[in-house]
Amino acid sequence: MSNEDIRNQYTVAIGIECHVQLKTKTKLFSGANNDARAAAPNTLVNHIDFGLPGALPVLNEKAVELATKAAFALDTKPQLFSKFDRKHYFYPDLPMGYQITQFDEPIVLGGHVDIIVDGEKRRIGITRAHLEADAGKSTHPVGSDYSLVDLNRAGTPLLEIVSEPDMHSSAEAKAYAHELYLRMRYADVSDANLYYGNMRFDVNVSVSKTDELGTRTETKNLNSFKSVEKSVEYEVARQIELLEKGQPIIQETRGWDDAKLKTFSQRSKEDAHDYRYMPDPDLPPVTLEESYIREIEKSMPDLPDDYRKAFDGIGLTGAVSEDILATPVIAKMVMRAISFGAEHAKRIAFWLMQPQSEEPEGEDVVVDVDVEKLVALSEMVGENKLSSTAAKEVLSDMLKSGEDPEKIAESKNLIQVSDEGAMAEIVTQVLADNAKAAEDVKNGEMKAIGFLVGQVMKASQGKANPALATQLIKKQLGI
Amino acid sequence: MSSWQSISTIAAKVNAGQAKATELVEQALAAIAKHEEFKAIIVTLDAAARERAVKIDARVATGEQVGRLAGVPFIAKDNFLVFGAETTAASNILRGFNAPYQSTAIEKLEAEGAICVAKANLDAFAHGSSTENSDFFTTLNPRDKTRVPGGSSGGSAASVVLELVPFALGTDTGGSIRLPASFTGCVGYKPTYGLVSRSGVVAMGSSLDCVGPLANSVEDTALVLEIMAGKDSRDSTTIERDPKGYDLENIDISGKKVGIITEYMGEGLDPKVAERIRAAIESLRQAGAELEEVSLPSLPLGLAVYYVLTPAEVSSNLSRYDGQRYGHNTPGATDLHDSYTKTRELGFGAEAKRRIMIGTYVLSSGYYDAYYKKAQTVRTKVINEFEAAFKSYDFLLGPTAPMPAFKIGANTDDPLQMYLSDIMTVSANLAGIPAISLPCGEVDGLPVGLQLFAAQKKDRQLLNFAAKTEELLHG
Repeated sequence: MSNEDIRNQYTVAIGIECHVQLKTKTKLFSGANNDARAAAPNTLVNHIDFGLPGALPVLNEKAVELATKAAFALDTKPQLFSKFDRKHYFYPDLPMGYQITQFDEPIVLGGHVDIIVDGEKRRIGITRAHLEADAGKSTHPVGSDYSLVDLNRAGTPLLEIVSEPDMHSSAEAKAYAHELYLRMRYADVSDANLYYGNMRFDVNVSVSKTDELGTRTETKNLNSFKSVEKSVEYEVARQIELLEKGQPIIQETRGWDDAKLKTFSQRSKEDAHDYRYMPDPDLPPVTLEESYIREIEKSMPDLPDDYRKAFDGIGLTGAVSEDILATPVIAKMVMRAISFGAEHAKRIAFWLMQPQSEEPEGEDVVVDVDVEKLVALSEMVGENKLSSTAAKEVLSDMLKSGEDPEKIAESKNLIQVSDEGAMAEIVTQVLADNAKAAEDVKNGEMKAIGFLVGQVMKASQGKANPALATQLIKKQLGI
Repeated sequence: MSSWQSISTIAAKVNAGQAKATELVEQALAAIAKHEEFKAIIVTLDAAARERAVKIDARVATGEQVGRLAGVPFIAKDNFLVFGAETTAASNILRGFNAPYQSTAIEKLEAEGAICVAKANLDAFAHGSSTENSDFFTTLNPRDKTRVPGGSSGGSAASVVLELVPFALGTDTGGSIRLPASFTGCVGYKPTYGLVSRSGVVAMGSSLDCVGPLANSVEDTALVLEIMAGKDSRDSTTIERDPKGYDLENIDISGKKVGIITEYMGEGLDPKVAERIRAAIESLRQAGAELEEVSLPSLPLGLAVYYVLTPAEVSSNLSRYDGQRYGHNTPGATDLHDSYTKTRELGFGAEAKRRIMIGTYVLSSGYYDAYYKKAQTVRTKVINEFEAAFKSYDFLLGPTAPMPAFKIGANTDDPLQMYLSDIMTVSANLAGIPAISLPCGEVDGLPVGLQLFAAQKKDRQLLNFAAKTEELLHG
C-alpha cells in the first residue's frame, strides 16, 4: 500500500483552541495599562496583578463588551449568565497562584465559523468561548541559574475560543485559524496581531480508522497560520506512523519547533495538574440584559462575510476578495467606494491590493488617503484623462502627499491629450515620419498600427489617449 | 465604665478643641505599654499615629471640623493593610511585609479623623477561635490571664476590654469578631456580607469574610459601621449602604418578634450560660418584645459546611504566599518546587497547613461533588431557613458561644473541639446575615455573650434593637 493509501484509511479530527487578546485599555481585573508592547518589564503592574494580600479583582466591563462582540462574530449571542472561576497552579508568572477564568458557565456557548477549502464551504462548530486573565511571561536565560518574570502581561484579558473537532485536514485548520483572525479583527475585538502574540492557537489532533475519535495530542502556543498548518501535517503523519507500527498514541501536550517543523513532547496526561476549579468568591456572576446585548448588536461593524457579499456584488470574488479582506483598512475603503459606483470600487481595489504575504506582519498597513480622492482619481481614468500607468503614478504620489489627484496629474503633466485638434497634428507628423509603417497599415498589416500608436505616445510624452490615437491614425490613413 | 468616653463625645471634644488628638494618642500608647503582658498587640504605630495626631490638632486649631472620629485612636487586627505598617496576619510567611497600599476600611476611618495606633494579634490568617494559632504568641484574656480571649480577633477584643482604645477592628469569617467579644465582654458586630469593603484585608474565606468593629457599646459600634459601610469600587462584592444610615434611633421594642433558636439552646450549651441567656430573654419579654422558640433544623450542619467551604477558599487564597515576590522566602532551595515547598513549610503554621490540606482535598477532582458542591447545597438550605424564619421574626436570638472562655491550651491538641466553639456563629456567615454579640452577664466571673441576628441588610434595625437590649441588660 502506498503512503497515501494508508493515510486515506484514517479520519483526521482537529479541534482548535484560540486565545484572543482583547483590545481593552486596562487589564481584565485591574486598572493597569494593558498595552505591554513598548513597556519595560514589570512597569504595568498594580497590587491586583502582583497578587498582594487583600487585593481584589474588579471586572473590566469593556472586556465583557468585546466578548459580546466576539459572540456576534461567531454567529451567536453571549450568555445572559456567566461566572468566573479560579484555576489553581503554582508558577512564578501566576502571582495569585490561580488564574481567573470561566469554567462551567462561559460567556459564549455555541456558534460557528464557515470556511472555504478547495472551493467547498465547511461549517466549523464553536463549543464555547470564555474570558480569562493571561499569566505573566517567564524567560529562562540560557546558561543562567535564574528565571525572569515579567508581569506586564499578567491580567491581560483573553477570550479563549474553543472549536469542535470539526476540521479534518491541515488546510481546514489553517483556513479556520485565518477566518477566526479575520473575524476578530473586523469585529474590533482584538488587534489580532500575531506578531505580538495577540492570537495564539492550541491545536488538538487525533486520527482514527473508526467513527470513534482517536487519542489526541495538543500542540500548544502556535502563533502563525503556517505553524498551525505544518504542526497538523506533522502530527497526523506522526500519529499514523505510530499506529501503523502498532504503538499507542500518548495523550499529551506537545510543543512546536518552528525551525525543524516538528512537534515535541512536553507533558503527558499523567503529570497534568488537578486545577481544583472553584467559583471565584471575589467576583459576582456576569448577568447581561437583553437590551445591552441588542445595543452591542446594533453597533457591530461589518464582518468579513458582509464584505464578501458586497465585493461579490461588484464582481470581486475568490482570491481577489480575500486579498482585499486581508488588509482591513483597504477593505473598508473599497466598501465605501462601492457607493460611488462599482467601476470605481473595483479600480480602487486593484490599486490598493497588497502583495499577500503568508503571515500578517508586525505592523498594520497604513493607507492614509480619502476615499473621495481615490474616486476622483478613478473618475479621471474613466474619463480617459489619465492612462492607467499614469494613474498609478498619481496614486503613489497621492498616498504620500495626500494632494488632489487632479493637481498631481497636472503638475506631473500626465493629463492625457484627448483634444482631437492637438492630437491630429501629432498623428500627421508621426505618419509623415514613419511613411513605411503607414504604408504597411494601409496595405492591411494591422500589426504596424501598434507601432504607430507607440510613436504617437512617445511624441506626446505619454499623454496621448491611445484609443483616440488609433482612431485618428485610421482616419488619416483613410481605413 | 471605660476610661474612654463614647466615640462621638471624644470626637466632639477634639473638634471643639477641648481635647487634643495628641493626648489621646499618648493615652492609648501608654495603655498599650501598661498592658503589654496581655500580648494583645503585634506592633504599635507610634510615629505615624503621633504625626497624624499633630496634623489633626493643627487642623482643629484653624477652626476646621476634622470629622466624626476626630482624634479617636483605634487598633486594627493585623490582617488589615495599613500604610507604612507591617501587616503579618500573625503569620511567619508575611513577617516583614510592609503594606504598599491601604484597606478601604482604614481609609474611611482615617478620612473621619481616626488614628490607627497599633495592630492587634490574631490566629494566623484568622484561622482559629483563641489566638493560640498566632505564629507569634497567644493573647491573654483580660478577665482571666489563664484563659484565651477567643479568636480570631482576640487581640482586638482584648484591646477594647483592656481600654487601650475606644474601638478596634476585627474580621469575622465564622465568628471571629463575636466569639472574642463574648469571651472578653465587649460588643462585637458582624455586618451583612458585603456591607464593609474587604479591599486591603488579608483574605481568609472570601465568600464569608466580614469586616466589623469591636467596641464598648452598641452606640460606638453603630458609629464605626456608619463610617465604614457602603459600596467600594475596589470590592465587587460590596453592597449599597442603608439610605437611612446606621445612627441609632430611639425605637420601641414592644411588639418586636424575636425567635429563640432552638438548636442553640439545647445540647452542648453550658447550663450556666443558658441561664444568663434565659435571663436576657426574660428582660426582653418584660420590655414587651414577643419571644418564642423557633427551629432552624439545618443549623447544626452549619459547622460541617463551614469547615468544607472555608478551607477550600483558604487553600485558594493562601496560594499567593509563595515567597517569590514578598514575605518569607526560605533560602537554599535547589529549584522552584523546592523553593515553594521550603517557603510554605516554614512560613505556614500547623492550622494554615491543616486548612490548606482540607481545602485542597475537597476541591480535588473526584471529591469536589461529594464535599464542596454538597456543602454549597447545604449552605443554600441554611440561607433558606434563615430567610423563612425572618418572615415570621424581626430578629433571632441565641448565645454567642456554648461556653465561656476556655483555658489556654485546653483545645490545642483537639482541632475538632476547637472548631466547636464556632458552632453558634458560623451560620450567620454562611447566610451573610448581620449578627451582634452583646455582653450578657457573667458565669463564674467570666463574660457571656448574647447573640442577636437579623435578615440581610437589616443592619440598622439590628443595631437599634441591640442598643435597647444593651440598655435592658446593663441599664
